[in-house]
Amino acid sequence: MGVSDTTPAGREAATVLSSAVVLAGRELRVFARQRSRIAGALLTPVVFWLLLGAGLRASFRPPGVPADLSYPEYFLPGVVLMIVLFTSIFSTISVIEDRKSGFLQAVLAAPVPRGGIVLGKVAGGSLVAVLQAGLFLALAPFAGISLSAAGAAAALCVLLVTAMGLTSLGFLLAWRVESTQAFHAIMNLFLMPMWLLSGAFFPSTGANGWVRGVMTANPMTYGLAALRRSLYWGDPARAGEVPSWTLSLGVLALFSIIMFVGAKIACERIRHSDS
Amino acid sequence: MVAAEVDVRGLGHRYGDRIALRDLSLSVPSGSTYALVGPNGSGKTTLFRLLSTLLRIVEGEARIAGLDVRIQPSLVRRRIGIVFQHPSLDRDLTVEENLRCQGRLYGLASEALRHRIVCLLGVFGLEDRRADRAGRLSGGLARRVEIAKALLHEPSLVLMDEPTTGLDPAARADFWAYVRKMRDEAPATVLLTTHLMDEAERCDRVAILDGGRLVAEGRPSDLSAEVGGDVILVEANARSEMATRVAEFLGRRVEVADGVLRIEVEKGADVIPRLVEAFPGRIRSVSLRKPNLEDVFFHKTGRLIAHAVGSETSWA
Repeated sequence: MGVSDTTPAGREAATVLSSAVVLAGRELRVFARQRSRIAGALLTPVVFWLLLGAGLRASFRPPGVPADLSYPEYFLPGVVLMIVLFTSIFSTISVIEDRKSGFLQAVLAAPVPRGGIVLGKVAGGSLVAVLQAGLFLALAPFAGISLSAAGAAAALCVLLVTAMGLTSLGFLLAWRVESTQAFHAIMNLFLMPMWLLSGAFFPSTGANGWVRGVMTANPMTYGLAALRRSLYWGDPARAGEVPSWTLSLGVLALFSIIMFVGAKIACERIRHSDS
Repeated sequence: MVAAEVDVRGLGHRYGDRIALRDLSLSVPSGSTYALVGPNGSGKTTLFRLLSTLLRIVEGEARIAGLDVRIQPSLVRRRIGIVFQHPSLDRDLTVEENLRCQGRLYGLASEALRHRIVCLLGVFGLEDRRADRAGRLSGGLARRVEIAKALLHEPSLVLMDEPTTGLDPAARADFWAYVRKMRDEAPATVLLTTHLMDEAERCDRVAILDGGRLVAEGRPSDLSAEVGGDVILVEANARSEMATRVAEFLGRRVEVADGVLRIEVEKGADVIPRLVEAFPGRIRSVSLRKPNLEDVFFHKTGRLIAHAVGSETSWA
C-alpha cells in the first residue's frame, strides 16, 4: 500500500482540489437529476420579473438612473441577483441533509482535508447558482439590454464570486443548524433584506437616510453594482449611479474570502465538540 | 503470535461529565474478525468513533497498523474502511456512482478504481444493480454496497458499527457470509460492534463491554468454557411464582428473561428429571445448553444482557 509518511503542502493542496472536484461533481449530478427543482428555479424568477416589471413600469422614476431605462430593464439584474442569492444559500441545505443521511460522516472519515469538503460544497452550489442565473440572463435582450460577449463573461465571473461568498455563508450556518426548518427560518431573515436592500428593486440614490445606510453596508449592493457594470460593459452610464468597479469588486472579493475562511474554520472545529 | 492490527492502551473518553469509556486496553490480531459487544451505553460505539478518527483521542493511546490514531489520523484514514450504522450512500446517485465518488475521495486513479469497482460488484453480487439509484435498494442490498464502498481502497482494517441493525434474518445470514469472505479474500481485519451476543459468537474474538469498561476478552469458546456447567431454560405458567419455587427447590439463583426461567447448574442431565417431577403440569418446555456469551456477560456483570439491552432484543 503506497502511503507516504508526511503530506507536503503541495500534495495537500492537490488533495483539497481533487476532493473538491469530486464533491462538486456529485452536487451537480444530483441537481441535474432533480428536474422539478430546475423548472421551479427558472420559472419563478421569470414570473416575478414579468409581473413586477409590468406592474411598476409606469410608477418607476427614481433619481440616479438614466431617464429612458424602463423598470423591466432596471429590475432584470435584480432578479439575476435573486436567483444567485436563493440558489446559493439554499444549495447548502444539502449539508444538513448529508449529515442526516450519513453521507457527510463517511466524507469526514475519508482522508479528505476539511478545506476540500468546504470547497467542494461551495463550488458545487455556486456553479448550480451561476448556471441558473446565466440561463435567466439570456432574457436580457428582451429587456432591452444588448449584452456583449465581454459583458456576459464579466457578469458570469461577478456572479460566481458572489455565489461563492453566499454558499460559504450558507455552509457556515448549515454546519451548525440541526434541522432544515431552522435553516429556512434563519436564512429568510438574512435573504430578504440582502436582496431588497441591494438596489435590486430601487436605487439607493432615491432612498431615505437609514435605508441608504443599510444599503451601503450590504455586500450585495456591490455584487449588484458589479453586475450592472458588467451588463453595460460598453456603456457605463446606463448602469446608473452605483459604486465604482474597484469598490464593488473589492467589497465582493473581501466578502467571499471572509465567508469562505469562516466556513472552513467552522468545518475544522466540529471534531472537538462532536458527540 | 500474530501482530496486532489494532492496539488500544488505557483509552478513555468522556462527553462532558459522562464517562463513556474508562481505561480500556485490548488488541485485535491481524486478519481476525473481532466483535465489540455490549448493551447500549457500554462504550462500544465511542470506541468505534475514536478508532475511526471521528472523535479525538484525549485519554490513552490507540494504534492501527502501528500508526498512532491521535497523531496520524490522515494516514490511519487511508488504512481503514468504515461501515456506519446508518447508510452513508447518496440516495440520488447510482450504486456505481456512489462507489466512484468514494474511490476518488480516497485518491484512487480512475483505471485502478474502475477495475476495483468491477471486482467488488462481482464479489458482492451487485453487477445487475450497478445502475440502480441507491435510494431504491433494499436494506440488505444497501448494506452490501456499503461494505463494497468501505473496501474500495483495500483497507487493512474494516470498522463496522452495528452492521446488521435493521436487516432481516436472510440479509443477516448473507452479511456474515460476506464478512468471512472479506476476512479470507481481502484479506482484512474486521472489527465490528454489536449488541447481539449470538452475532459476536460468530467472530474469532470478542471484547465484552459494560458501562465503558472491558469486562471480558477472548475467543468466544474460551470465554464460554470458563463459565462451565450447563444452562437450563424453562418455560412455565405463572413464571414469577415458579421462579421463586424453583429457586427454593434447587437452592440456586433463577433469572427470568423474555418469559423464560434461566438456571445455571453443574450437570443439567441430573437436574432436569428432578425438576419435571417436582412441578407436574407446570412446565411447558425445558431446554439444556452449554454456556454462551450471554452467560459470560451475566457472570461478569451480574445482569442479563436481555435486561441491560432492554427492548432491543425483542426482535433478535
